[in-house]
Amino acid sequence: MPSLTADQVRHIAKLARLKLSEEEVKKFSTELTQILGYIDILNEVPTDDVAPTAQVTGLLNQFREDVVSSNGPSGDALLATSPLPIVDHQIETPSAHG
Amino acid sequence: MSATALTIAQAHDKLRKKELSSEELVRACIERIEAVDGKLNAVVHRNFEGALEQAKKVDSNGKFDHPLTGIPYLAKDVYCEEGVPTTGCSNVLRNPTSPDGLRGAGKDYIPPFDSTTTKRLKAVGAISMGKTNTDEFTMGASTETSCFGVTRCPWDLTCVAGGSSGGSAAAVSADECIFALGTDTGGSIREPAAFCGIAGIRTTYGRTSRYGVMSMASSLDTIGPLGKTIEDLAIILQAIAGKDLKDGTTSDVPVPDYRAELTGNVKGLKIGIPKEYFIPGMHPEIEASVRDAAKVFESLGAKIVDISLPHTKYGVATYYILCPCEVSSNMARYDGIRYGHTVQEKDNLVEYYGRVRSEGFGPEVKRRIMIGTYALSAGYFDAYYRKAQKIRTLIKEDFRAAYEKVDVIISPVTPTPAFKVGAHTDDPVSMYLEDAFLSGQVMAGIPALSVPCGFSKEGLPMGLQITGQQWKEEVILRAAHAYEQATEWQTKKPTLS
Repeated sequence: MPSLTADQVRHIAKLARLKLSEEEVKKFSTELTQILGYIDILNEVPTDDVAPTAQVTGLLNQFREDVVSSNGPSGDALLATSPLPIVDHQIETPSAHG
Repeated sequence: MSATALTIAQAHDKLRKKELSSEELVRACIERIEAVDGKLNAVVHRNFEGALEQAKKVDSNGKFDHPLTGIPYLAKDVYCEEGVPTTGCSNVLRNPTSPDGLRGAGKDYIPPFDSTTTKRLKAVGAISMGKTNTDEFTMGASTETSCFGVTRCPWDLTCVAGGSSGGSAAAVSADECIFALGTDTGGSIREPAAFCGIAGIRTTYGRTSRYGVMSMASSLDTIGPLGKTIEDLAIILQAIAGKDLKDGTTSDVPVPDYRAELTGNVKGLKIGIPKEYFIPGMHPEIEASVRDAAKVFESLGAKIVDISLPHTKYGVATYYILCPCEVSSNMARYDGIRYGHTVQEKDNLVEYYGRVRSEGFGPEVKRRIMIGTYALSAGYFDAYYRKAQKIRTLIKEDFRAAYEKVDVIISPVTPTPAFKVGAHTDDPVSMYLEDAFLSGQVMAGIPALSVPCGFSKEGLPMGLQITGQQWKEEVILRAAHAYEQATEWQTKKPTLS
């Protein structure tokens, strides 16, 4: 049965862009181990010759004409929902370079 | 009978005959919400002024040709509506704790656009009164993960209303609205409908548009109605089903006339009962109520057939891989840049993401992001996501084989009636098992509905699940309608105590 160490939990949290407290790390290491333990029952089922299902109704690629329409919200309306400063019609984010 | 207790069909009749105005009906629902929602906590954003304004417009127009014109409803707090706060019941879209002076502090997310479904309802004159409580971004089976707190069951206020569409189910059951909208990714319409003693339908994947509804797990998400009767579900589905260019998974399979299919005739209908849906530990009265329902169908001329869906017991485990993986991807959009929660410290982007998301998301969302990130990380993809997609194929195949013998399948919705608030708080797996009879349909992308089929000796409602074939909503609606006409469960009302 797979189990997750505190270090693994910290690593996953980093990948997921979550900042966990030490208390959360401890809690998730127990809970995620428990959930992965439950999920382990799937290994009872042999699936070597089974094809995976990603799209359940069998719909294939849906194409349409590339027509410009103007019925969506305006750029200004979309910018207005940002909690960050707006400068020259752009969102000013924190620096990606630290 | 109070106007708020009317079904869509009854209200429409009164509106058309001018025995009732839309404004009166909306006011009656508002008064009802103000009188009882303190007990239930079903409604989280109120758009009463907007609703009254729209009702007056409908009244002055005076035309009630469409059965939904002038009918007030509530939408789950994941349906975007222009100008109306929509927050997924998540602090990550509420920004409640920001210190003063931050742009957007204390501000709920207000979408600048409408979901296709609320837009279609608006186009026929239905009136949105606000948003209902849900588990955070629909992740849960009890509404206990909502940042607004739990919604209580109108039949017993110490119990949950179910989830994640618990607010919608409780609001319909307690007559706070005439109907409501929900979403069903892993059972989130059917389970609360059963717990609250009302009707609700999960549609075929791609039958209804998800555009403008906050995503949870995109290969599984569906949206649909909750109502007081099966006829009402048929009316709502008629208005919202069909292809939408803005949701590429919607299909152009023709939408039938659902209401015309409600003939009451189930003679010769072959109904399967899967043995795997009766498990040790389930509530004995639930098993008895489903067996009784089978007898009702037999008396109406249907044929009952014992069937097997052998991979049923793997449904929940499959769901709890596919869903968290897709959650971890969908939740990436909540990064404090384009909308939602923000924090004061803005020295570094990666740090900023971490702080925003950790403050904004609650424990169940974090749990699913963590499982999904782990299962999708290098070296684990085949063992988890790919494995689950293969078992999905086997579950789908179970149903395909069953539908060679039967037209529809009946089963319980849940193993127990509504559970007590807090009953599963410290045990996520026991909460996940509430979905035991609900995940198979999700994996197969087939429609399924919940219709009331009795009350436990504690006075809690129990639900009958009727499952159909892809794109055959009209068949399960016809079966459920015939059952409803032959019984009286849906006429009972909760006392809210």
